[in-house]
Amino acid sequence: MRLFLLRRSLGLVANLFVISVIVFVTMNVLPGDPAATVLGIDASEEAIEALRVELGLDRPAWQRYGDWVTGLFRGDFGQSYFFRVPVAELIVERLPLTLSLAVLGMALTVLAGILLGVVAAARHGRSGDWLIMLFSQIGIAIPAFWLSILLVLIFAVWLRWLPPGGFPGWDEPRLALQSLILPATALALVQSAVLARVTRSSALEVMGQDYIRTARAKGLSHGRVLRAHVLPNALIPVITIVGLQVGSVVTGTIVIENVFYLPGLGRLIFQSIANRDLFVVQGLVLFFATVVVTANFLVDVAYVIIDPRLEDRLE
Amino acid sequence: MRGLPIGLALGALLVGLLGVTGLLSLVWTPHDPAAIDVALRFRDPSADHPLGTDQLGRDMLSRLMAASVNTLVVAFLAVAAGGLIGVALGLMASALGGWAEALVMRACDLGFAFPAILLAVMLSTAFGPSLGNTILAIAFINVPVFARVTRGAANQIWARDFVTAARALGLSGAEITWRHILPNIAPLLIVQATIEFAVAILAEAALSYLGLGAQPPTPSWGRMLSEAQTLMFLAPDLAILPGLCIFLAVLGFGLLGDGLRDLTDPRLVRARVNA
Amino acid sequence: MHSTRLTALAAALSAALVHPTLAETIRIGMQQEPTVLDPTADATAAIDVMLAQNVYESLTTVGESGEVLPQLAESWTISEDGLVYTFSLVEGASFHDGTTFDAEDVVFSFDRARAEGSVNPSAGIWTSIESVAAPDPQTVEVRLTGPDAFFLFNLAQGDASIVAPESAETNVTAPIGTGPFKYEDWTRGDRLVLTAFDGHRNAETVALERVEFRFVADPAAATAALLAEEIDAFPSFPAPELVDQFDLDPRFDVVLGSSEGEVILALNNSRAPFDTLEVRQGIAHAIDRDEIIAGAMYGRAKPIGSFYPPHGPAHIDLTGTYPHDAARATELFEAADVSGTEVTLRLPPFPYATRSGEIIQAQLGAAGLNVAIESVEWGFWIDEVFRNGNYDMTVIAHTSPNDLGNFARGEDYYYGFQSDAFDALWEEIRTEADPEVRNALLQDAQRYLAEKAVHGFLFQLPRLGVYKAGITGFWANSPVLYQPLTDVRMN
Repeated sequence: MRLFLLRRSLGLVANLFVISVIVFVTMNVLPGDPAATVLGIDASEEAIEALRVELGLDRPAWQRYGDWVTGLFRGDFGQSYFFRVPVAELIVERLPLTLSLAVLGMALTVLAGILLGVVAAARHGRSGDWLIMLFSQIGIAIPAFWLSILLVLIFAVWLRWLPPGGFPGWDEPRLALQSLILPATALALVQSAVLARVTRSSALEVMGQDYIRTARAKGLSHGRVLRAHVLPNALIPVITIVGLQVGSVVTGTIVIENVFYLPGLGRLIFQSIANRDLFVVQGLVLFFATVVVTANFLVDVAYVIIDPRLEDRLE
Repeated sequence: MRGLPIGLALGALLVGLLGVTGLLSLVWTPHDPAAIDVALRFRDPSADHPLGTDQLGRDMLSRLMAASVNTLVVAFLAVAAGGLIGVALGLMASALGGWAEALVMRACDLGFAFPAILLAVMLSTAFGPSLGNTILAIAFINVPVFARVTRGAANQIWARDFVTAARALGLSGAEITWRHILPNIAPLLIVQATIEFAVAILAEAALSYLGLGAQPPTPSWGRMLSEAQTLMFLAPDLAILPGLCIFLAVLGFGLLGDGLRDLTDPRLVRARVNA
Repeated sequence: MHSTRLTALAAALSAALVHPTLAETIRIGMQQEPTVLDPTADATAAIDVMLAQNVYESLTTVGESGEVLPQLAESWTISEDGLVYTFSLVEGASFHDGTTFDAEDVVFSFDRARAEGSVNPSAGIWTSIESVAAPDPQTVEVRLTGPDAFFLFNLAQGDASIVAPESAETNVTAPIGTGPFKYEDWTRGDRLVLTAFDGHRNAETVALERVEFRFVADPAAATAALLAEEIDAFPSFPAPELVDQFDLDPRFDVVLGSSEGEVILALNNSRAPFDTLEVRQGIAHAIDRDEIIAGAMYGRAKPIGSFYPPHGPAHIDLTGTYPHDAARATELFEAADVSGTEVTLRLPPFPYATRSGEIIQAQLGAAGLNVAIESVEWGFWIDEVFRNGNYDMTVIAHTSPNDLGNFARGEDYYYGFQSDAFDALWEEIRTEADPEVRNALLQDAQRYLAEKAVHGFLFQLPRLGVYKAGITGFWANSPVLYQPLTDVRMN
């Protein structure tokens, strides 16, 4: 077990390292000079050159990469070319929004997904099951950005219940929560559709097992069997899926934040790619990759804890 | 089993409809999808324009039809290219085992850890926005998916008795892969490809939505959607229709893939019998 | 230290008590957000838009029609030869941190901006200065290398803001100026808050107590915020297609003015086929400005026939130089043997550009010139199109004032245009002191560019202002990037 954890952790770090090299190389290959992009079309060549020196862009790429990597060990994620502040500061500034969105999205996902899945399994073969599976099919096929637009159209443009985009900041908690409802719903709908399916099939599989039939034959009520026997056993695969979905929801915020114009990390990363703001992109890609990789890692660990025999297979 | 499952039938119908529309639009659309006439903008549906006109007075139906070709071509080429490379890598990993297998699988982990949309955006910006580069970016995302699925399935076949027998007969790894492994996992791969088709359509739409896909005047659903987004107050149907097309196309391939999987996966059939 | 903070707190509390409704808070919507808060360090327009002449001040400022007015310089004299400017500074000006303003601050600001290695984005202002001196604390003497008719106007820009040596380095995040508003708070991606500076020499004439710039990038969100009355003013509303509903709503005033942005279909004059006059004339004939303005700007923009804003004093209407005539365009393209060839149109990611581009593609196509569109990112555009001149055609707005001089920048500028005749003309304009004569010369320059069809001249980027009814004091046209807020009244 300990060896397993160690090897997986090393693999995790190696993955992140390779990703950072890929990002660095791509960003340096991309046409576009950060200094010129920042200064715009009315700037003089001298001013651009001066800014290049100030930002350290006059030094060779590998040196800048080396400095960045050594900086990481001191907890320094580099400077933003565009905003001229430490990358860490930018991330910390925008993290609360993305985090709130992801947490809200995840909460809705789990709540709706498991509930719908269990209900569908309980009403297996009946119209309720059929309806929920239809919802699930639709949820999986619907493009998140279109769903967002539809939600805005219905709840912001026609009904005017909720704001169509933007974020007022947590100083005004009620408004802030309101502006997160639509994006979180858009995030959660697709994921809860997936989760509902998994929950349903897992519950159905457990319900097909002999001991459940025995329990039912003993005269236990349908609901009682469901709660006492089916759910606890069916939840194991569900929890692993939820773990994987944490990664999907967090990366899902990238697109959703852009559709709803939310000033979070997802919007920042698009802006930063456009601005050639290398270290911000670097920091954010690593952030998102870390979340995904760690979520997967934790799922694997959970697997092994539940069933130590899996250790070999996962290797 | 009572005939074709409804999901599979619906999926096949949607996919068939999409294919027919795409082929038809190559030879005929009600209007020239690129013909601009600003005086005709934002028209409601009429006999001449069954789905109305867009912000530049172009016929919506013609544009939606023409865009289906774009979608199908991108999705097909991306899945084909990504699938070929991914399957080859997966088969190789499975046949060789050892460090080669580990290397391929670690590379796949990498592919999964990198948020796909970011990868596509960075590739598209690096090579410039165009149809070809969109295909490249989506194909790239597909490679690890196919590699992982192929390797997993191939490993199971390798453990079977008839493969052991073939090996005892002195067949090389490549021969066994070609004669025994590939035919046995082919149904699974076809199912996976159908599902990846749906994913590719979504990815193309997302990239076009972000302005990185096909360039004007080639119509694409994703770009139509993003252009219509600011017009929501004025002409909501312009945002609804292209999204509906994406949705139906993805739904079609998704249902088809699921239906095919149910048909080929004996485990699920057993679950159905039990229930 | 502590006591001043306490007094400030007490003042803030009492202000809150006296004005519990905060009636004089204005919430101004902005599409672009600043990158840093120092206009002398970064060319991003949004910095000047919000901070120039509000937080920072310059020696001069301009009025709504572009006339130069005194600001930190109360008055000035110009020597006979036009080379020495002597400025008398205002009394009683001080920086927000309490340090007093005097001639040494001007010398410091100017020397810093024109020093070797300076990141000041504007070269035009500083290259013409030979020396800056402060004979006494109330006087600044600037000696130029040659006469410069735009010098006083240039000094009014954000790039020439006066900063103090004590705070210059930290202005990027904590701006300290002499302006009527002082910096209070900045949440990137959300808002920038300014409050009235009580220590300003004209503090009693400022009505607003608090200014909140809200960054709303999405036009739909901007519309909703205005309709919900969460924003009071949107001086540069980004989406002309969404303005109709405000026109009809009595709660709002809509003001259509022009900005300084000339939108052009830039042609790479150094590259075939655009090095041929007939081809450029053909393009000018093929373009239908009315259709572009109707299609891309929903009718809310004024056509231009040359490179000069319609609200400027020297403007002449040259849209008829090469009237829209697709048949004539086809003839010209055929004569030049370019019919059926393909050229690339690289579009930056701005709605005015991408929308115009699609229509231009259709119009040129109808006349026989095939256009392939390439939508590129801003970073790519700046590097490849603008700096390397690697493009055939592009659509872009030039938003600087007095930018006719772009055409005198020689073949290396991305226009790829060089004309001795125009260079001479521009030199005359630049050094002519008499406004009447200068305007006549400016008209010659406009005519010259229109006739040479250097670019496709499309329209002036509009300044669409949407205001809550009753708000006054915002400019209709914008001769400069900034908008002084001292005259803004809520009712």
